[in-house]
Amino acid sequence: MADKLEELESLVFAGKVDIPNTYSAGLVGSRFLIELRDNKKITGIKCPTCNRVYVPPRSTCKYCFGKLSEWVEVSNKGTLLTYAVAYQPSPVQPVEVPIAYGIVQLDGADTGLAHMLGEVDPEQLKVGMKVKAVFKVKKERVASILDIKYFKPLG
Amino acid sequence: MANRVAIVGIGQTYHKSRRPDVSQPEMANEAVRAALADAQLSMKDIESVFFSNMETFEGIYLPDHGMADEAGSFMKPGFKIASGGTSGIAAAKEAFHFVASGLFSIALVLGFEKHDAGDTTAAITAATTLAWGKGQARGAIGEFAKQASNYMKQSGATEEHAAMVRLKADRCACRNPYAHLRLGLKSVEEILKSGYLEWPLRLLDFCPQSCGACALIIASEEEARRITNKPVWIADVVAVHQEPFRAGAFCDLDGREPYSQDVASTKLYKRNGITNPRRDIDMAEIYEPSNWEEMFLCEVFHFCEENEGWKLIEKGITEIEGEFPVNPSGGVLATNPIGATPTIRVAECALQIRGDAGEHQVTRDVKTAVATALGGPNWTAMVLLRRSL
Repeated sequence: MADKLEELESLVFAGKVDIPNTYSAGLVGSRFLIELRDNKKITGIKCPTCNRVYVPPRSTCKYCFGKLSEWVEVSNKGTLLTYAVAYQPSPVQPVEVPIAYGIVQLDGADTGLAHMLGEVDPEQLKVGMKVKAVFKVKKERVASILDIKYFKPLG
Repeated sequence: MANRVAIVGIGQTYHKSRRPDVSQPEMANEAVRAALADAQLSMKDIESVFFSNMETFEGIYLPDHGMADEAGSFMKPGFKIASGGTSGIAAAKEAFHFVASGLFSIALVLGFEKHDAGDTTAAITAATTLAWGKGQARGAIGEFAKQASNYMKQSGATEEHAAMVRLKADRCACRNPYAHLRLGLKSVEEILKSGYLEWPLRLLDFCPQSCGACALIIASEEEARRITNKPVWIADVVAVHQEPFRAGAFCDLDGREPYSQDVASTKLYKRNGITNPRRDIDMAEIYEPSNWEEMFLCEVFHFCEENEGWKLIEKGITEIEGEFPVNPSGGVLATNPIGATPTIRVAECALQIRGDAGEHQVTRDVKTAVATALGGPNWTAMVLLRRSL
């Protein structure tokens, strides 16, 4: 028998690992998503010690490890901190290409929220531009981050 | 020469089959806060965090990255270990190494698993490859059913003995407010009515899947003496690995290959002057996924002679009030959040040494205890704890 792999058939077995899973949004995550669905409101959670507002909310402040419970409503308008445009389709993406997405710091928040950008020619996007959340209609909102359809340029 | 290291803070969550009320980071956070409260420390005192979790069980890639805030590892070093059932002791062992080396003075160990999130048996089955072991992989149940039938044949233990192990575990769990399964079982007959998962392994012979977390705070001698008047000293740690998975078998059941438990414990006892483990050690918390495995493990850890593990349960030696208590917390049979399960073994031994185990505090005075973990293809990790060094 041959003792070099090149002189043999290389046996390769095909398989597919398919493991179902779930994720609990937890207390603060659930409340944030339910506010989006029911009231089209974007909420954050404030650390009174560090004076920071987290959007999406977190239950613990990363700076002081304080337990957070002070809810605040933030604006549905904000500033585009950065963006990218994807032209290659992928089965995990929720919309057709080209997909413009970016990080938006909402007025009243100290953190950036990653989301898609819409109603805009990708060529017209600029860091620092003001954007506004566009929500899905009520019957399409399911307590998901995608209840916000995208952010569009303001005015 | 390594610096002396002690456990100065212990925290765990309560355990349930499902925790839809919390996210994975929030659940871990409960244990971290409990450990900090126990040590009367704040997060800024912690220099590094060592995680234990199997990411394929929940299907979340890099869960430690996604919980830097809740775990308190924000802007701090540390890493995650995923070595199956030994993971939660392996993480404690690494924290011990780092503190013993002098690199850190205070470190946090965080074991967690949210079993309601994924399909652990499917994930474990993926440990066999498509070339080897295919068709023989039935997760942990299949492996421990093989172990049970082999142990029965070799040792002469009966299904009644296995049921007695569950009865002990359940009596203990009912005294532990953090335990998951607290069934209030009354008799061996009741347990023998439970159905077979896979012969001879019954539903009540096996451990549950739990959601939960456990955190330990580990400190250098100098810090430990400042933080607490009840430090629990980590006398030694040991880990031994083997690789019998490729053939699709958990281990060479006929004992022709050495057992990792035998090799690990022999090494640990020799290094620490333990010549008669049952006399020189006061109690143990071991990772026993099944009733049958507990009897076998007592033999390979040398708590008794070969093929006599079942006699320990028959004579009541391993009960809370017994001469050598094994798993007075209710053990893995009652509570099994895999990434946290071995961390809980260490935590429970430390609580027994401190005298803080409450309702399930064992009758004898615990000065020395051993915590063990069993993972994947029969890997073993052990921690020896002492009240004084």
